[in-house]
Amino acid sequence: MSGSLTITVPDLKIKESRWGEILLEALVRLFALAPLCALAFILVKIFQNGHKAISLEFLTQPPIEGMTQGGIFPCVFGTLVVTILMIAMALPLGVGSAIYLVEYAGEGFLFRIIRAAVNNLAGVPSIVFGLFGVGFFVLFVGRNIDHVLQTGLLFGQPCLLWAAATLSVLVLPVIIVSTEEALNAVPQSQRAASLALGATKWQTIRDVVLPQARGGILTGAILSISRGAGETAPILFTGCAYFLPRLPLVKLFGVFPMVNPFDQFMELSYHIFIMATQSTDAEKTLPIQYGTTLVLITLTFLLNLVAILLRVHFRQKLGQVSLQ
Amino acid sequence: MDVSTELEKMEESQPMEKTNVSRVKSPPESETHKPEPEKVKILVERLSVSYGGAQALKEVSLGIEPRSVTALIGPSGCGKSTFLRALNRMNDTIPGTRTEGKVMIDRVNIYDPDINVVALRRVVGMVFQKSNPFPKSVFDNVVYGPRLHGIRDRMKLEEIAEESLKRAALWNEVKDRLHKPALELSGGQQQRLCIARVLAVNPEILLMDEPASALDPISTAKIEELIQDLKKNYTIVIVTHNMQQAARVSDCTAFFYLGSLVEQGDTKKIFTVPDRKETEDYITGRFG
Repeated sequence: MSGSLTITVPDLKIKESRWGEILLEALVRLFALAPLCALAFILVKIFQNGHKAISLEFLTQPPIEGMTQGGIFPCVFGTLVVTILMIAMALPLGVGSAIYLVEYAGEGFLFRIIRAAVNNLAGVPSIVFGLFGVGFFVLFVGRNIDHVLQTGLLFGQPCLLWAAATLSVLVLPVIIVSTEEALNAVPQSQRAASLALGATKWQTIRDVVLPQARGGILTGAILSISRGAGETAPILFTGCAYFLPRLPLVKLFGVFPMVNPFDQFMELSYHIFIMATQSTDAEKTLPIQYGTTLVLITLTFLLNLVAILLRVHFRQKLGQVSLQ
Repeated sequence: MDVSTELEKMEESQPMEKTNVSRVKSPPESETHKPEPEKVKILVERLSVSYGGAQALKEVSLGIEPRSVTALIGPSGCGKSTFLRALNRMNDTIPGTRTEGKVMIDRVNIYDPDINVVALRRVVGMVFQKSNPFPKSVFDNVVYGPRLHGIRDRMKLEEIAEESLKRAALWNEVKDRLHKPALELSGGQQQRLCIARVLAVNPEILLMDEPASALDPISTAKIEELIQDLKKNYTIVIVTHNMQQAARVSDCTAFFYLGSLVEQGDTKKIFTVPDRKETEDYITGRFG
């Protein structure tokens, strides 16, 4: 006992190595602050320059005077509609694939191939999705539908529908991965209990697994919305318009206005890109650019906030379960 | 300290004759116990199970009588849980499982290709080691099975819930909180809720995989009491690590070791004069 003490006591006084430790800690702390600084800089700059442009008119009116004045309402509307359409397509597809991967596929060859495909899809640059969208949805699917249905040139041109479809392929990996996690978080004992009561596999998924995974799936859906809502490249060739002050609406039976999925649309991030690079007078549109960016960022942040709140809610629920 | 004495007292209070009533008179010398066919609810013939190539159960043959309690004992990994899960084909849910041999329930081989596994599991209910109520209300837990099987009538469901909870000796404790979350119940109540949930499907056979191993002694005593009661209407097969529990609740005991059935027979006999030395060593705690 006393022998081990005499060995450790002198060591307590050695201090040489402390400086290296302090230096390294300071360095990594600095690195960790970098993203915070970057974000703070962007936010402050955009807010400073953009908040003056925000007004009721800015949010509710179309652009005028060669997009150097007026508002951005068609862009806000287009962004919302294309995002809703995107999630409406991506959510069933993504949740379905995840259910297959987690509940049915096992660990076989097909499972590994699909997993690899999902991971690779997540790594594809977004401009490639844009080209894919034009090549696959517009030119292949659309033109062939037109050919078969003899509809002239209705499906085979860039429009809201194909832009949303392209975006949904982009966000598919986000939804699949988060749904997989949510499904895997449901304890096997819950499935066993249900199966042992004479439930079929599908009944078990529907009545036991999905209700418990709902929070996680919803979180994934919202994260994918905030990912997809800010994307420009995938919709560049597949449906968004340079300038289209009217809304993409059609009157159903000549009375009820509804979104026309075969029309083109304006979108916030594309609008920023256009004004910054293609405008006749980029300097003059600077306040509008900042204002539009502020609107886009606020929209994305709000969606993220919802995701965070949902996750907190979901965790609390899980906590209650594990407490018992 | 006094938990064990308490339990021993309970054991004494169980009439010993009762546990022998349903036993078939078979020669105690016989190593494998083969009751006459008409008195057999479950007859297992040369059952082998392997998981991804690893043999978990080797050619086990065993007969189980109706309205009796059969205890499966043996050290961890001896195959007793695998055996239990073979009786309602829950092993099917584990990928890479291979099952050979026959399991006859009421003279029907449940491994025949034309057997409807979903229907089988309504006849052969299962209670798990760790209570696993759904994060739903007490009521919704109990009527989960009946609802799956198409009962929609509210009155009928309430009737089933009350009946099942009464049979599981839980009704008095939960009748005022049927629509409260099941996860707010105590551990022992949750396990009895799981039993009620199984009873609501109206099975004939109850499989229990260490149903009391995660419970305190008082809850354990309640479960054991319940098993004695349920025996009147159900055929019960129970896996347990607790020798005293096996001795207390079962009529028949089967000792598994390294995937084989070493010995099975009358519980009283197994615990007093077992034929095989391994059985005696295990029961007396010399290994396992």
